[in-house]
Amino acid sequence: MPIWEAVTMALRTIRAQKLKSFFSLIGVLIGVMFLIAVVSIVQGMNVYMEDQFANRLIGLNTFQLRQRSNFVMGNVTREQWLAWQRRPRITYADADYIKARVTTPATFAMYCSDRMALSYNGKTAKDIELVGTEATYFQIKNYEVVNGRAFTAQEVRAGQTVVVLGDLVAEKLFPGLDPVGRNVTIAGLPYRIIGVVARQGNLFGLSMDKFAVMPYTAPARRYICPINILDQLEIQTAGPTQMQAAMAEVEALMRARRGLKPAQENNFHLQTAEGALEGWKKISRILFMALPGLVAISLVVGGIVIMNIMLMAVSERTREIGIRKALGAKRRDILAQFIVESATLSTVGAALGIGFGITLAFIVRAVSPLPAAVAPWSIGVGVFLGVFVGMVAGVYPASRASRLDPIVALRAE
Amino acid sequence: MSELIIAVRSLTRSYEMGAEVVHALRGVDLEIRRNEYVAIMGPSGSGKSTLMNMIGCLDTPSSGEYWLNGQEVSRMADDALARVRNKEIGFVFQTFNLLPRATALHNVELPLVYAGVSARDRRGRAEEALARVGLTDRMHHRPNELSGGQRQRVAIARALVNRPSILLADEPTGNLDSTTSEEIMRVFAGLHREGQTVVMVTHEPDIAAHAARAVVLRDGRVASDVRSQPLAA
Repeated sequence: MPIWEAVTMALRTIRAQKLKSFFSLIGVLIGVMFLIAVVSIVQGMNVYMEDQFANRLIGLNTFQLRQRSNFVMGNVTREQWLAWQRRPRITYADADYIKARVTTPATFAMYCSDRMALSYNGKTAKDIELVGTEATYFQIKNYEVVNGRAFTAQEVRAGQTVVVLGDLVAEKLFPGLDPVGRNVTIAGLPYRIIGVVARQGNLFGLSMDKFAVMPYTAPARRYICPINILDQLEIQTAGPTQMQAAMAEVEALMRARRGLKPAQENNFHLQTAEGALEGWKKISRILFMALPGLVAISLVVGGIVIMNIMLMAVSERTREIGIRKALGAKRRDILAQFIVESATLSTVGAALGIGFGITLAFIVRAVSPLPAAVAPWSIGVGVFLGVFVGMVAGVYPASRASRLDPIVALRAE
Repeated sequence: MSELIIAVRSLTRSYEMGAEVVHALRGVDLEIRRNEYVAIMGPSGSGKSTLMNMIGCLDTPSSGEYWLNGQEVSRMADDALARVRNKEIGFVFQTFNLLPRATALHNVELPLVYAGVSARDRRGRAEEALARVGLTDRMHHRPNELSGGQRQRVAIARALVNRPSILLADEPTGNLDSTTSEEIMRVFAGLHREGQTVVMVTHEPDIAAHAARAVVLRDGRVASDVRSQPLAA
């Protein structure tokens, strides 16, 4: 009997018993739905983390020379934490030393920041990330100043009281007004607003527009960093290879400058987007490792359910089997019929699971910022698993059916 | 005389029922020629059902030979028997044995499916067979939408669709009222006139009277084998 015949026959049986079929394939459905949804969400998360999180937070082809990492996911022992605290901080002199000696073409920006309050005309914006930096910072962060201008290297050298606001800060303090040219008060001193940065949007639901940027030499610097101390030196290069070269240089220069022996560990940290993602990568690896287990459990359960349903079908349809044998069905015809029926049932389950999984991925995409895209390979795997589970589950019931004695089967009620 | 379709020689069949051995057939000799219309009769326990299963290739003998249309089927394995059932035998059962979820047309197509006939040819041949039993207008009905007589006619169409050597009927009127029984007997008589070999197992003498020959079994042996003029149907 041709396969197609058996598939049509199986579909007819499924159609005749919709509800029962649905319940019997729910295990496979859930397993495959899980596979599709988790893969697409985790992959969406990966894309999001790489495109949005790391590159926006750190900058493209950029790394930071820091005392210690500021992205720590997972457990850090108290000893480790204290060791990090004991490291020497990055100084202005360190920054000058590096700037003077790195040969790879790079853009540098000294950086320190802290939460500060900005006020204008009785209104106060609290918890604003006040950044003290150099003029190159705007380029490194890819900040587009849409209103007014960024500050210049000259203004930085002179320690001018000028500030560029993030979009949300400007909106909060100057609703309906043009902030450029007005004065905002920071730590008791008036600062002239010279520009506003284009809206950056949200990251994990947190606004990226609650900041203000001033020269690191401006008077408010002593509120955000100790004297002569930097949070980090930002270093941007032209491409990934240049970045590797620059990182090697900076590492060697810092080790030499601090007199570290070959056996000693670095007592500074080079923060990259890659590095910031390490914690996330660990989580995503664990998810991908746990996924096959979770999917396998639902598929095994689904397979057992289908096997039981098929055993029931065989005993319910004993007479049908007898009739088919009397009409000339060979053992392998009956075997094929029930295996194909089982596989069809399971594949229908897998198809529904794929449908639900895709729907789930679309819902996640619609309600969250994750670009949850369905991976084509996961659909392929889902279909394959559906067919495979059904065939395996169908073997035993089908072989029982095929071995029935036609005389006995014809007498069955 | 026309050629032999069925040749049964010294056929025995015994079953083990626990410690006991039941001898259902104790040495049956029987010859049936092409275009005969034979009724196999006997009280219950006479072995007529066992003989029918043998003739229908649903069972194999303990000893003896069974030749069907020139092939020795008594030594055949499962798959070969399935092929013989498909090509040589058309079954008609007391309880019709139609697939309840399939239409009349699909039921009739079934033997052709197992014969490997293509879907297009199947449909044409099944329609033709249904037309032969006068059910052209009931092709797309399911068994539960048909009367008993119509169901049995669907079963006859199914039995005939693969042009078998013998039409093998097991109490074909057992579940039908007398009017419908007569109607089915007329169908059998018509098929016989067209050249079909018919073997019918029955315990009802007035049904057996439609056949041209009555073989009576008793205690697993042929007790009598009488040829007569069939009743005009």
